Amino acid sequence: MSRSIWKGPFVDITLIKKAEKLSESGRKEVIKTWSRRSTIIPQFVGLTFGVYNGHKFIPVSVTENMVGHKLGEFSPTRIFKGHTTADKKVVAKVT
Amino acid sequence: MARISGVNIPTNKKIHIALTYIFGIGAKIALDICNKASIDKSKRVNELNDNEVNKIRELVDSNYSVEGDLRRKISMDIKRLTDLGCYRGLRHRKKLPVRGQRTHTNARTRKGKAVAIAGRKKVTKG
Repeated sequence: MSRSIWKGPFVDITLIKKAEKLSESGRKEVIKTWSRRSTIIPQFVGLTFGVYNGHKFIPVSVTENMVGHKLGEFSPTRIFKGHTTADKKVVAKVT
Repeated sequence: MARISGVNIPTNKKIHIALTYIFGIGAKIALDICNKASIDKSKRVNELNDNEVNKIRELVDSNYSVEGDLRRKISMDIKRLTDLGCYRGLRHRKKLPVRGQRTHTNARTRKGKAVAIAGRKKVTKG
């Protein structure tokens, strides 16, 4: 079920404060954050976030299209590089 | 011969069935159209007069996105996700389930037909 409209989008308050501060000062810095659950709001456009994925802070530069998505959507938590192919497995056994 | 919104020519069937042959119109919308045009839904397509057919055509064209337009819209939506680089876009790129379904087993609709893994020992009953 989707979120009630009257509540508005959910953003961590600390994140809003940080973003405001940064956009006021005009500096370009990466905002490190663990708040993957925060919705990207229009004020965030142009900023760069370092979104934690449990391992590293993935830099996400926010564009207009991203508004409405969550920060976590842009910082994948799993790595899957595919299975080794059959011929490679044989080589591994021999050596 | 009734031609509604491009290529669809469903004849000989009742209208509320025939309309579902259009991509983007299902049972619900088909019934809605019949009600709005105030046409008896059990009428067959070849029994409709030109007036009624025109009425349906107008309703479909003005209120619903169907066929090519809808297909374009869907592919544009998917393209938007893939270009964004968000999780859903990545799943679309890899042709895996997008909405959090399991992929350990099943997920054959998205993955396509199962490919046998070469060199794997077969399980033998003891």
